[in-house]
Amino acid sequence: MAATPKEPVQFSGAGPLNAPISGVLTWVDQRFPLMSLWRDHLSQYYAPKNFNFFYFFGSLAMLVLVLQIVTGIFLVMHYKPSAADAFASVEYIMRDVPGGWFIRYMHSTGASAFFVVVYLHMFRGLLYGSYRQPRELIWIFGMMIYLCLMAEAFFGYLLPWGQMSFWGAQVIVNLFDALPVIGPDLSTWIRGDFVISDATLNRFFAFHVIALPLVLLGLVAAHIMALHEVGSNNPDGVEIKEKKDAQGRPLDGIPFHPYYTVKDIVGVVVFLFLFFMVVFFMPEMGGYFLEFNNFIPADPLKTPAHIAPVWYFTPYYSILRAITEDFMLVLAIGVAAYVVLIWLTVRDSRIKLAAAGIGLALIVLMKGGPLAIEAKVWGVVMMGVSTLIFFLMPWLDRSPVKSIRYKGPLCRAALTIFVINFIVLGYYGVQTVTPLGTAISQIGTLIYFAFFLLMPWYSAMDKTLPVPERVTM
Amino acid sequence: MAAMKTLKTTLAALLLAPLLAFAAGGDVKLDRAPINPDDQASLQRGARHFVNYCLNCHSANFMRYNRLQDIGLTDQQILDNLVFTGVKVGDLMKIAMDPKDAKEWFGGAPPDLTLIARSRSSHAGSGADWLYSYLRGYYRDAERPTGWNNTVFANVGMPHVLWELQGEQVLGERKVQGAGYEKAEPVLKLDKPGTLSPVEYDQFVADLVNFLVFMAEPGRAKRETIGMFVLLALGFLFVLAYALKKEYWKDVH
Amino acid sequence: MSEQDTDQRKRQFLVAATTVAGGVAAGAVAVPFAASMMPSERAKAAGAPVEVDVSTLAPGERVTVEWRGKPVWIVRRTKEMLDTVKANDSNVADPQSKKPMQPAYAANENRAIKDEFLVVVGICTHLGCSPVGKFAKQAEAFDPNWQGGFYCPCHGSLFDLAGRVYKNRPAPDNLVVPPHKYLSDTRILIGEDTKGA
Repeated sequence: MAATPKEPVQFSGAGPLNAPISGVLTWVDQRFPLMSLWRDHLSQYYAPKNFNFFYFFGSLAMLVLVLQIVTGIFLVMHYKPSAADAFASVEYIMRDVPGGWFIRYMHSTGASAFFVVVYLHMFRGLLYGSYRQPRELIWIFGMMIYLCLMAEAFFGYLLPWGQMSFWGAQVIVNLFDALPVIGPDLSTWIRGDFVISDATLNRFFAFHVIALPLVLLGLVAAHIMALHEVGSNNPDGVEIKEKKDAQGRPLDGIPFHPYYTVKDIVGVVVFLFLFFMVVFFMPEMGGYFLEFNNFIPADPLKTPAHIAPVWYFTPYYSILRAITEDFMLVLAIGVAAYVVLIWLTVRDSRIKLAAAGIGLALIVLMKGGPLAIEAKVWGVVMMGVSTLIFFLMPWLDRSPVKSIRYKGPLCRAALTIFVINFIVLGYYGVQTVTPLGTAISQIGTLIYFAFFLLMPWYSAMDKTLPVPERVTM
Repeated sequence: MAAMKTLKTTLAALLLAPLLAFAAGGDVKLDRAPINPDDQASLQRGARHFVNYCLNCHSANFMRYNRLQDIGLTDQQILDNLVFTGVKVGDLMKIAMDPKDAKEWFGGAPPDLTLIARSRSSHAGSGADWLYSYLRGYYRDAERPTGWNNTVFANVGMPHVLWELQGEQVLGERKVQGAGYEKAEPVLKLDKPGTLSPVEYDQFVADLVNFLVFMAEPGRAKRETIGMFVLLALGFLFVLAYALKKEYWKDVH
Repeated sequence: MSEQDTDQRKRQFLVAATTVAGGVAAGAVAVPFAASMMPSERAKAAGAPVEVDVSTLAPGERVTVEWRGKPVWIVRRTKEMLDTVKANDSNVADPQSKKPMQPAYAANENRAIKDEFLVVVGICTHLGCSPVGKFAKQAEAFDPNWQGGFYCPCHGSLFDLAGRVYKNRPAPDNLVVPPHKYLSDTRILIGEDTKGA
C-alpha cells in the first residue's frame, strides 16, 4: 500500500473516497475484478427509468432470502431435529433462548413474506410480459426458484413437529402414493419409514437447511446473471437498449446505483415496517402464518379435525381436491374441445396430428373404461401440471406487445380473471370440503388451465394499442 | 398501554380484514373471555389456581417457575407459594404422573397446558374465549362415564374438576323467538350452587384463563413493547430514505 | 444528468444520515442474534446453586458434585491432612493464596471457610483436565516425597490438599474455589455466597 494513486477511485456521484480506502481498493482490484463487478452490476448497469411499484419485489425477495438464511442459521444452533425433541426445542427457542422468539418469529413470518413477495414479483412478470423474448431464461430460472421455494417451505414446515407439520407432510407425501406402479415404494422411500417419523424429520431437516438453500442460491445467481445479460424489462415493455446516446448508454436507462439503490432502500424500509408489524404484533397472523393446531405436538394417532396446507399452497391444493371421478368426464370433454380448436385453427398438419394423438391418449387415460387411470392420480398430475405450466408462458403469449398497457381487452380480462380465480382457489383450499366448494374449485381449475392453454389464440387475436418509441414516466 | 391497544386493534383490522372476511364461523358460540393481560393481580391469582387445580394432572412442560417473575412475583414468593415439592425455581412445571399410567387411568393422557391458549384458538374465537367458555360449560350427564359433559367440548374426557366451586349445572332448553320462527336453544342452568357465586366463579375462571394465555407466550408484553420502538425507528428511517431517494431522483427526467 | 443543479452537500448529508441510521438499526437487530448465543434459561437453571449435605462424608473422604457442568470436590480433611498442608508451604507456588483464585473468605493457607472442608472446582488450571485424587502420603512416580493431594494425568501438574499448585509445574494457579456458603454446619450451598447477589 505504498503507492497512493493520484486519481482517486470514483465510486459514484456520492463524491471521491479518501486516499487510504482507494489505495486498498486499487490493491484489491489488481487481484480481483471488484471494480468491474461493481460497474457491470451496479454503477453502470442501466435500468429503465420508469420502474413502478411492482419492481420493488425482486430486491425484496433477495432481502427475504438473506433474512431467512441468517435467522435459519441461528435457529439451527438451538433446534433439535428429532421426533422426540423437535417440538420442545422450538418452545425452548421461544422461551429459554435469549432473543430466540424474535429470531423464530422472523423466520416463520419470513416464510409467508417470501411467498407474498414472490407472488407479486411473478404477477409483475405477467403484467408487463417480462417472460417474453429475450427474457425466457430469466423467467425459467425464476420459475425454478419458485418450485424450489415451495419444496423448501414444505420441508421446513415439518420441522416444528406440530400436528399440522405432521399431517401436512403425511398428506403431501401420500400424494406420491397415487402414482402408478412406483407410487407406494416412492412414498416409503421419501419417508424412510412407513409413516412420517424421526427418519423423515431428519432428512427433511437436511434438505431444508443445506440442500435446497444451496440450489436456491445457485438459481438466484443464474436468475440475476441472465437478467443483467439482457437487461431489465419495464412497464412499457420497450427495449431501452434500442435507443442509445453517443457514449452507448441507453437514453431511457439510469445507472442502477445510485438511483435504484436509493429507491429500493425506501422499498426495503416500507417492507420491513410491515414485516415487523407482523413479527411483533401478530406473528400468528390469525392462524395463517402459524397455524393454531401446530401448537399441539405431532400425534400420529390423531388427525386434527380440519387440516389445510399453509396459505401459499392452497390454490394448487384446491386443484388437487377438485379432480373427482365425476369431473373426469368434464376434463375429457375439455381435452376433446381443445383438439377440435387446434384442428380448426392450426394449418400445420404435424401439429394437428400430434394434438389429435396426444388428445386421444389423454381421453383414453381419463375416461377409457378399463384403461382409465383413477381420478386420484389425475388430481396429483393436474396439481403438478398447474405449477409447471408457468414455464410455458414465453411461448404461449403470442401478443405482438409485451406490456399489459398496450394489450387489448381480451388479455386484460384474462389476466384479471386469472388473478381473481387464483385467489378464489386459494380460499377454497383453506376451507373444509363442501359440494359448493368443490364445484367452485372445479370451475376454477378449468379457468386456471384455460388462461394458459387458450392464450395462443386470445393473445394473438386481441387488439393492441400502439407501443411508444420511448418509455413513459 | 391504552394507546398501544388502540394501535394494535387498528393494525389487526388493517391486516386481518381480508383474512377474516374469509373466516368461517364455528359450531359453538363462544363467550368472550373478560381477561386483561396487564392485570398482574389477576395473573397471580390465575397462577395459584393453575398450580392448585390443574398442575396435578396436567403438566406445563415448557414453562419455568421463575418465568412467573414476569407477572410480578419474586423467586422467593414463587418458592413459598407455588412450589410444593423440592423443585428448584428454574425448573420446568413438570408433573410426576407417567403418561402411560395417565392413559390407563383417564383413557388418555391429560394434555400439556403450556400452549393450550394458543392451540385452542380458531377462527371462531381466541383460545382464551374457548377456555373461558369450556370451563364454564360443564353440566351433569348421567350417560357419560364421568357423569359430566360439556357444551363446548362434547363428550369431554375430563370430569368437572371445579364442580365444588361452580356447583352443578344441568342442560335445559330455552325457546328463542325470531322473525317468523321459534326454536329451542340449549341453555345451562345452575342446579346445585357451589362454594362460589356465579359471578365469583366467572372471575375465578377468567383469572385462570388469563394466566393460561400468559403462559402460552410469556414474552408477549415484551414483544409488543419492543415492537413499538422498532416501528418508530423504521418510521424515522423511512423519512431519511425517502428524502434521499427524492434528492437523487431530481436527476431523472 | 445535469450535475450543475444538484446540491452535492445535501446529498452527502443524506447519504451519511441514512447510512448511520441504517447502520444503527442493523446493529440493533444484531443484538438479539448475538444474545441468542449466550446461556439460555435452561443453562442458567442447570447452573443454579447446588446444595450438598456433608454430614455423612467420612473424614479423609471426598465427594464430587456437579455445578454448572463442572466437578466440584468437597474433601473432609483430617487433622493429619491439614498438617501436610502446613508443611507443604515451601513446595507450592502461592502458599497464602494471594492470586484471586478464590473468594476473599477462602484466601488463606487452607483455602477454606472451615478448615475441615475443602471445596474446589476439580478442573486443572493448566488446560482443563480433571486431576486425580492421590490422598495417601507415600512415594509416587511423579514425586518420591509425595505429601498427598491431586495429580493431573494430562500434563503432570500437582496440587496439595488445599488445592495449591506445586512450583515448576505446567499449571500456573491454584485450583479455583467456587463461591459457596454454609447453610448450617453440614449443609453447603455451592454457587452462591452471602456477599453480593
